[in-house]
Amino acid sequence: MRLFLGSCFTLILAAAIGLGATWLTLTRGVAFGALTIGAWTAWPKSGSVDIDPYARATIARTGELPVGAGDGVAFYAHTDDAGNALDGRCTFVVSGMTPAARYWTLTLYDAQGRLVANTIYRHGFTSAEILREAGGRFAINIGPRARPGNWLPSGGIEQFVLVWRLYDTPIGVASLTTKEGPMPAVARKSCS
Amino acid sequence: MIRLALWIIGALLLGGIVHLSTVLAMPTAATQDAYSRLSQLTPVNAVVPLAAPSAKDSTMPFMDPAFAVAVCRYDLSAGALKLRAPLSQAYTSVTFYTRNSVAYYAINDRAAGRRAIELDLMTEEQHAQVPEEEDVTAADRLIIESPTVRGLIVLRALAPEPGLMAMARRALAAAQCRIEAVPTQ
Repeated sequence: MRLFLGSCFTLILAAAIGLGATWLTLTRGVAFGALTIGAWTAWPKSGSVDIDPYARATIARTGELPVGAGDGVAFYAHTDDAGNALDGRCTFVVSGMTPAARYWTLTLYDAQGRLVANTIYRHGFTSAEILREAGGRFAINIGPRARPGNWLPSGGIEQFVLVWRLYDTPIGVASLTTKEGPMPAVARKSCS
Repeated sequence: MIRLALWIIGALLLGGIVHLSTVLAMPTAATQDAYSRLSQLTPVNAVVPLAAPSAKDSTMPFMDPAFAVAVCRYDLSAGALKLRAPLSQAYTSVTFYTRNSVAYYAINDRAAGRRAIELDLMTEEQHAQVPEEEDVTAADRLIIESPTVRGLIVLRALAPEPGLMAMARRALAAAQCRIEAVPTQ
């Protein structure tokens, strides 16, 4: 009897631990080989055959197609440089310079990877259309209300995600290190 | 007490096995992965343009809205595939994914170096059957080996400004992928 109860207890506990760990890792997007520069994180290996099993499982579950390593690199930001969550009710400024790339795009998504509805149909910027200051620096205002200059509307949603994609970048996957930045700074300005 | 600790250690070990096996099984068990989503929208072995992502609807999550996208969902069981994608004015890339969304090859317009990206896609077996002299004479023929019989070719053309989206879509509309019989020895 004791043996039976013990094995039942063990099996139920094992199923709970195993499935719970799988659910946690896949919803949090755990993957190895992350490259973090400031608020931005990329998984360059996810775009190649060296993709790890966790990233493979996450991609299969969400249905997205990663950017191929010969095409470019995608950097994701869920917080600003200080660690504040990207809240659509606050105003954030993304500014600075980018690593060398033929083109880049910055896109704003909700936490599930959908675009956010807004009246001007603006979901992001490309390197060709951004307004720059002298010296090539730029600043992008992200917030619920219209701003002069580069304004990316956040629609007032609770949590948004920024994705910076660098296309045809001479920075090889192997040589891409934290020193080779700089990635643009992300800072919170005000909250309404 | 010791007995309980042993049961718990056993549960932890078993839990680890359950965790690893579910993670490894996920790519084959998933029903909403990119290939499954696209098989409802696209015929096999043909280039089909995808609708631009919008706030209401998007074929896949995290699609880049600055790009026109077309997909060729391939099945190499009937023979090798020939792909031809003309270049758009700005930036064009072609990425190859296996049935389980692993990006195994990507090429962009600069690497292609011509007015179009042209290549042959075949399985390892089909590549082995290509006559050797043909492989040598056509030195500039780009042959890609697909690790799986089925998979996805995703063609992307950048619209640097929203006004250039029509140009990017037109460039992709001229892209072709078709099966051609592998010459037998």
